[in-house]
Amino acid sequence: MMREVAIIGVGMIPFGRRDEDSLMDLLAYASMKALDDAGLGDKSVNAVYVGNMGAGIIQHQTSIASSLVDRLSLLPAAADVVENGPASGGSAVKNGLLAVASGYYDTVLVVGGEKMREITGWRATDFVATMTHPEVEYPYGITLPGMAGMFTRLYMEKYGVTREHLLAVTLKNQEMGALNPYAHVEMTLDREGIFDSSHAVVNNPIAADPLHLYDLCPVSDGAAAVILCPLEMAKKKVKTPVLIAGFGQATDTHTLQERDDPTDLKAVTLASKQALEMAKLTPQDIDVAELHDAFTILEIAESEHVGFFKKGEGGKAAVTGKTRLGGQIPINISGGLKARGHPVGATGVAQVVDIVFQLRHELPENRQVKNAKTGLTVNFGGFGNNVVSFVLKRVEP
Amino acid sequence: MPIDMELEAVLRPVQIPMVPYPPKVITLANGKKMVVRQAVREDVPVILKSVHPCLFIERDYYDIVSARLYGELLAWYRHRVKSEYCLIGQVDGYLVGVVNGRLETEKVGVSYHTLAIDRGLRIGSHLFAAKMEYHIEYLGQEEVLIVAESPIGFRRWMIEYPLEKTNIPHELGGVESYRLTRDIYFAAKPRLVVGDRPVPKALLDEAEGEIKFADDNTIRERIAGLKGR
Repeated sequence: MMREVAIIGVGMIPFGRRDEDSLMDLLAYASMKALDDAGLGDKSVNAVYVGNMGAGIIQHQTSIASSLVDRLSLLPAAADVVENGPASGGSAVKNGLLAVASGYYDTVLVVGGEKMREITGWRATDFVATMTHPEVEYPYGITLPGMAGMFTRLYMEKYGVTREHLLAVTLKNQEMGALNPYAHVEMTLDREGIFDSSHAVVNNPIAADPLHLYDLCPVSDGAAAVILCPLEMAKKKVKTPVLIAGFGQATDTHTLQERDDPTDLKAVTLASKQALEMAKLTPQDIDVAELHDAFTILEIAESEHVGFFKKGEGGKAAVTGKTRLGGQIPINISGGLKARGHPVGATGVAQVVDIVFQLRHELPENRQVKNAKTGLTVNFGGFGNNVVSFVLKRVEP
Repeated sequence: MPIDMELEAVLRPVQIPMVPYPPKVITLANGKKMVVRQAVREDVPVILKSVHPCLFIERDYYDIVSARLYGELLAWYRHRVKSEYCLIGQVDGYLVGVVNGRLETEKVGVSYHTLAIDRGLRIGSHLFAAKMEYHIEYLGQEEVLIVAESPIGFRRWMIEYPLEKTNIPHELGGVESYRLTRDIYFAAKPRLVVGDRPVPKALLDEAEGEIKFADDNTIRERIAGLKGR
């Protein structure tokens, strides 16, 4: 019998360009905030899982989990790095969850972090592209924005998604990001400035046709952390624990070309379905969601594949405000990857942290989903070839 | 400072007559309206107040760009440079960017520097484009000599236009020089040069009425703060 697992502490540092901090600093700051939030003080945790994709490439540093436990004086806690591309954070949370659920560990720190701004944008794009197929994709110059551009074109042709739909996601997420002190891009955008006026050709140039600059998330530094423990222990430790009620993970073909229908994000469907079934909930029971909008099209596509909307309805839902705060299903109220930023290894953990903020009812009124009790995350690795999803539930005091 | 005008006549370079740059307005990504207009010599002391805090920002080579720009504007103010001009961007009257350059001959221009004092809104791109617009379309020049001192500048000018290499040395140093020709300019214009004319009177009056500038800490935070993009 697996134990139920709850989150008793969360920590996040402002995402952005953190020239003065090392990767280890970022991981340590977020971890200490989570430890403090859980009221653990200097008490040790049993194990540490670090979600990170690029330290070996960008920082030329490996074994960062070992380094982190020493930095945090958490010795002799078990420590592992979890690398799963942009889903590294989600996978790290999953590993922590399983470790506690199994009964082997009682208190686990999961931290995700990445420091990407110490290399140029070109090199960061190339670094992320290392997840593409080394023989049939990468050598031909494909990048993730390039894949997203092709995916968007197909989605437009098949489901009638338009630039208006993508624009609605951009404007919503930037508006919310501007309210989020942790967001990398705290700036609202204006429809005229990036879409309607002739000046938009410079302000919002094509990045990967049909995607434009503001359809893409920024390259960010950042870290986020959670503390996990058994639910029964959590109830004694904190006022409002958040239960990880369900999780799912699924994979798909490495290359897009091998999929019967490249617009079908099967791993998103499967992972979220597993998470919802485990939580005994349906998509319609979810109060708030954090979806992996590395590109605006992904928020729309994932909202359909999770089951919030029918295929072809996600874009219209964004335009009509169904995904805004106060709408049918508020999505990416944090600003999402689009505005909060996307330090790849941190993202999956940050999504969980943002849902915890919502379920603990800690956010200011202009960001809080009223009476939120359930939340869902989708952390999207590769181009949908490895997806991790969680369903979280508020545990009433 | 007492000035000997007889000596000044020797020290001051002969100026090439320049038609004025007609102001334009650009809608930025955040919806704000940026007025781009030509500064006059008397504006220099105020502009330098905004450039000064940038001298101490290492990020993205703001220090060297600002130091050189400071010197160039001062040289213009003190009549020690030939045929220099300066264009500025203002939002709500506040100075958000400065570009400058000069004429070497009637046909050949020299681009000096581009300084965005607010970031993440492509202000530098817009102002650099305005500078090229001035050289090619209003001053009728054949080419503009350009170098980049920061990776961002290299990406924005050399690659985005793209500029072509030239063996004519640029006065800013021994680094490889590039040039913008009329053909390159007009090929790039549809995707890089924007702006509406005439500027609505209220906007222009606000911009010309006073060059407002943010305090040093705000400028430093905008350029080198955590959210620097």
